[in-house]
Amino acid sequence: MDFHFFLIQLMNGVQYGLLLFLLSAGLTLVFGIMGIINIAHGSFYMIGAYLAWSLTGKLGSFWLALPAGIVLTVALGMLLEWLVIKRLYHRDLLYQVLATYGLILVCEELRSVLWGDDVRGFNIPEALNQSIQLSETLSYPVYRLWISGVCLAVAVLLYWVIQHTRLGMKIRAGASNREMVQSLGIDIQIVYRIVFAAGVTLAALAGMIAAPVSSVFPGMGNHVLIICFVVVVIGGLGSVKGALVASVMIGLVDTFGKVLEFSVGGVRLLPELSSMTVYVLMAVILLWRPEGLFGKKL
Amino acid sequence: MAIENGFRLALQEAGGKFAGRDIEFIKVDDESDPPKAVDNINKLVTRDKVDMVLGTVHSGVAAGMVRVTRESGTLHIIPNAGFAPGAGALCAPNIFRTSFSNWQSGYAMGEVMAKRPKVNKVVTLAWRYAAGEESVKGFKDAFLKAQGKSIVKELWIPFPNIEFQALLTEIASIKPDAVYSFFAGAGAAKYIKDYAATGLMKTTPLMGSGFLTDGLLEALGGVGEGIETALHYGDGIETPKNKAFRLAYAKAFKLQPDGYAVAGYDSGNLFRAGLEAVKGDISKKKEMIKAMEAAKLDSPRGPLRLNRAHNPIHDHYLRRVTGNENKVVGVAVKGLDDDPMATAACKMPG
Repeated sequence: MDFHFFLIQLMNGVQYGLLLFLLSAGLTLVFGIMGIINIAHGSFYMIGAYLAWSLTGKLGSFWLALPAGIVLTVALGMLLEWLVIKRLYHRDLLYQVLATYGLILVCEELRSVLWGDDVRGFNIPEALNQSIQLSETLSYPVYRLWISGVCLAVAVLLYWVIQHTRLGMKIRAGASNREMVQSLGIDIQIVYRIVFAAGVTLAALAGMIAAPVSSVFPGMGNHVLIICFVVVVIGGLGSVKGALVASVMIGLVDTFGKVLEFSVGGVRLLPELSSMTVYVLMAVILLWRPEGLFGKKL
Repeated sequence: MAIENGFRLALQEAGGKFAGRDIEFIKVDDESDPPKAVDNINKLVTRDKVDMVLGTVHSGVAAGMVRVTRESGTLHIIPNAGFAPGAGALCAPNIFRTSFSNWQSGYAMGEVMAKRPKVNKVVTLAWRYAAGEESVKGFKDAFLKAQGKSIVKELWIPFPNIEFQALLTEIASIKPDAVYSFFAGAGAAKYIKDYAATGLMKTTPLMGSGFLTDGLLEALGGVGEGIETALHYGDGIETPKNKAFRLAYAKAFKLQPDGYAVAGYDSGNLFRAGLEAVKGDISKKKEMIKAMEAAKLDSPRGPLRLNRAHNPIHDHYLRRVTGNENKVVGVAVKGLDDDPMATAACKMPG
């Protein structure tokens, strides 16, 4: 691989990593602040993608579908928190897993009833449907760069909200001591509702912006769920910064695992074992830091 | 769904009965979940004592089913799953396949590409799982027979990973004359979109097994225009049989038939051929199997018969994506048999 293509692969890796961050930020947020393991997280990704597809069809433009979809998923997140998640705060982990697993089934069934079981797709919006010529045979789609831009913007926004706003202060306080915050007269219930809705919306937003390139299909959420958990575990449970670092690491490892050739004693390990690279990375990091890169000490 | 519709259409054409016997359907959802296959098929075979099993789409599930039907001896028609052992190492007198083997469409495409003077260096890219490996093997078996042709690089991606960008970048750096791929379903849709977005479509033609584009053209929204694939069925096969089939199917189900429907239809007619030979007496299984083995079906896809291992021998078509159709532009290989290696692995008892 010459240097030129090495740079392009680097870009591919970072770009994939940033999308992973958007996907998993909500998961780590909900766990870190509310202490809820939400295995239905992938389903919200799927719902986002289907919303983008169906709203683009109905409203005629992706740019209208995007805000409309965000409003709908915020509402969905609040509704689910009120309906289901609220009942899980004082329960054991097993109840949380069971209830959110139930949500996966409900989401899949709803998707089947509302939108059917076919593979769907729509094209990249006109304004971004261009590419930059990088080499004689390869060009880079502008849409991918735009995705990276959105992911970075969300990262900055999250950082700002959590570190520099009043709401962020309440969120951080609630994460470290729920009872104390309540006794100071802050309605932690509202804070949690907002956080959960934000988690749902982040996953759905990832689905919406990925939809034009990845197409929309049943079970697409379960596809991404495992990798989300890998991100969260590597980054440290509850750490948004950790999720960002872990995502980019995974993106790079996954990308180079597929294209580099590496053998030990005549046995080719890469790319033959590329499906394992991400998990090897996770194992190594957990051996070194069992709490993850930026997790609280266990 | 389409398979069942096809089967029902065959039944309807026979006047609702095969050899004077009513057909009762028992449906089980296999959920495309291989671990559940053995349980499900056991229920059908031992509890419901069915005379014939029709199924299934997913190769992993079909493999589980075959393990049971080989033991029980229940007639089993596979209307899709193209895994090599199905009509190879796992073959049995009572197991038939009416669809294809994964190897076949790869071979057909290889044959077409081998004849193109401008296509000498090819890169293959497929999911690393049985179907992908069988399809790429088929392609290589045909393509490398010709002089001066080479596979510059075999690229693989773990199944069901759909992050193709790294490998597409690799392809762009190799600059082959063409790319052969095996993907299916939503993964294939994403692959084609990514392929087009990198600009490779203009410089490096993409080709593949028919599953690369089947059922996805609407989701692709024109992005896949011009992709060439090979399969035993496609749009616009101008035979009277196919036209009649399409008309009847559309009338009965208000849907356009696809490759699945054709395989279901042929399964129905294969079963009919067996039953008619024994005048509906299902207990004469030996005679029935013999008649099914000898059956020459007038399929919408063209003439169809079975090889020694009960895999179809049939024409494969070259198709080009044109608008929302996988338009048939010619015959890729006439009367294509299965991979000789797969057939050789079949030790048919008796």
